[in-house]
Amino acid sequence: MTVGLTETFEEPAFVPYLVAGDPGYEDSLAYVETLADAADVIELGLPFSEPIAEGPTIQEAIVRALEEGMTPERYLAFVRELSVETPIVCMTYYNLLYQYGDEPGPRPFVRAAARAGIEGFVVPDLPVEEADPLRAACDEFGLDLIFIVAPTTEGARLARIRELVSGYVYVQARMGTTGAREDVSGRTAASLARIDGWSVPKAVGFGIKTGEHAERIVRAGADGIIVGSALVEIVASGEDRAAVTDRIATKAAELKRGALAGDE
Amino acid sequence: MTAPTEGGRSARTEADGKYGAYGGQYVPEALMPAIEELTDAYERYVLDNEEGFIDEFRRRLADFGGRPTPLQRADQLSARYDREVYLKREDLLHGGAHKLNNALGQVLLAQYMGKDRIIAETGAGQHGTATAMAAAHLDMPCEIYMGETDIARQRPNVFRIRTNGAEVVPVTTGRGTLKEAISETMRDWAGTVENTHYVIGSIVGPHPFPALVRTFQSVISEEARRQARDRIGRLPDSVVACAGGGSNTMGAFDAFRDDDVALYAVEAGGSSLGVDQDRGVAPNSASLSTGTEGVLHGARTKLLQDGDGQIVESHSVSAGLDYAGVGPELAHLVDRGQVEPVAVDDDDALEAFHRLSQAEGIIPALETAHAFGYLETVSEGQADGLGEVVLVNVSGRGDKDLETVLEETADRELSVAPNMDVLRRAGGLGGGQADAADQGE
Repeated sequence: MTVGLTETFEEPAFVPYLVAGDPGYEDSLAYVETLADAADVIELGLPFSEPIAEGPTIQEAIVRALEEGMTPERYLAFVRELSVETPIVCMTYYNLLYQYGDEPGPRPFVRAAARAGIEGFVVPDLPVEEADPLRAACDEFGLDLIFIVAPTTEGARLARIRELVSGYVYVQARMGTTGAREDVSGRTAASLARIDGWSVPKAVGFGIKTGEHAERIVRAGADGIIVGSALVEIVASGEDRAAVTDRIATKAAELKRGALAGDE
Repeated sequence: MTAPTEGGRSARTEADGKYGAYGGQYVPEALMPAIEELTDAYERYVLDNEEGFIDEFRRRLADFGGRPTPLQRADQLSARYDREVYLKREDLLHGGAHKLNNALGQVLLAQYMGKDRIIAETGAGQHGTATAMAAAHLDMPCEIYMGETDIARQRPNVFRIRTNGAEVVPVTTGRGTLKEAISETMRDWAGTVENTHYVIGSIVGPHPFPALVRTFQSVISEEARRQARDRIGRLPDSVVACAGGGSNTMGAFDAFRDDDVALYAVEAGGSSLGVDQDRGVAPNSASLSTGTEGVLHGARTKLLQDGDGQIVESHSVSAGLDYAGVGPELAHLVDRGQVEPVAVDDDDALEAFHRLSQAEGIIPALETAHAFGYLETVSEGQADGLGEVVLVNVSGRGDKDLETVLEETADRELSVAPNMDVLRRAGGLGGGQADAADQGE
């Protein structure tokens, strides 16, 4: 297993998420590149028509991107075109990985993703039970495979995830779907405690919206924070590219500052 | 009645939830502990009858549900098709469809598991109705997710769900049909799984749902098989059932799987077969006949998808068949040649709706009408595999579809449709419907 992404968590990491192609290809390129200054890893969504783990904000972003013609092939072109040093992780659903290329299974997409410069995967509808083929493909092409640990994950499931995870572990802060919240769940500390001895960094996501949230999460023991909906909401505002770019940069800086403050 | 643990039944329940290449558990990690808990409950209560679960389920199915449902010889259809046509009357089950078999089983199971809230998705509204009834019967709070398109075209069932005291949550994403309703119910469950049971309505979703729902629905074929022996003195040559997700299909087939009985799954052919890659839609719901392998809603199965793996919008005049996927076990049986998938289009289904209503005095659900449509189309040809004795599963009654049928019939030239002049003259057709009726004349 590779450790490529692990190294990026030396200081509290800011891991933003945007949907590739939202609201259109060119705008989206600009927004993702804007994130690169503050971000330590970028989770870049490859939109799927049935995103069962997403709340309304990201569902709508996925619809916008699909309507503007985003496909797995264009996604790979998008990644190649990005001029960022920040590592890119592909977040998508299993059917798109499974269907790509001329052999069934995730291997062709993982190979193509590796060539495009992607460094890891998060696949929210792929629990460890079904993950062996993707883990094998990621190993073959030197990519990390990030798994989600939910508030309900315990016992044997934790042990199995610990065996398969690489890069970082995505700690789901609360139950439900993605989406920015006004508060941060009190279950985060308990979730972090359950995976205390793990060698991979722990990045917490689901509901983080402000620098103050970020600070609190890092203070609770997280190695990084994952923020999606709070950024996607800015894209969804419908303002012009310059205004959205500006607001994304401001929000990203706030979140990174918050994460760093949590470590002081 | 044969308990599900007897005979060869339990041997067919794949422990890992795999049906050949199909099945599995493709769901968010947050749901997996609940899936494991449900698997454990399925094995203990349903398969092993712990705490007398199955005994209570059977008793409630009889007292509350009205089981057993009759096996009836269809005299006019038998004469028309020159063969013995028998009907398994699931439309006479409480609620008017086979759906209660599963809904009652799962709500009762939720109670045994100590859950205190029920959620479910519904397409045609039959599963939502059955779940709302079962939840009222067992005194559990209940919320039903339903696409807005389906709410509009299945209003009688929305009234029934609300009348039984359950909430209806409109789903506005996508085209607002069953696919979106399932996705939205899964999202609710991801946040509420600790106290909530998701009563999935068909043999779809992650293991153990396909096995669990099939086990509850197999009462249909267990009864029919026994009734055929008693009444006809033999088994049917074939069983015909409509297939959307496939719960009435597997229910009607299950006990005949080891017999020399041909099994026909009739899918919704919609307006035409195939997937329109450019528009990303399928003008049908024929995933068994035309779908390709993929992963949707927790299972690997046959799907209507584009070349990239995006799920396409399906279509059928029948809301209950309007789904881009199908149960993994049914997909597997089709691949193995044990079940023959066939398709009946919207027009033939509507004709069959009217024919059965007029010939037998049974108004079928539009879903069910597809099964009778197959009987008609195949009987027009020469050779067929239906044989001398055909059993058709009447999965549900059509009261819920009368508005849809009135509108759809007016738009088409159907040989058997009645005209509704009497209603129009009395001013009983609303504006839009009167216009539609005019066009049909």
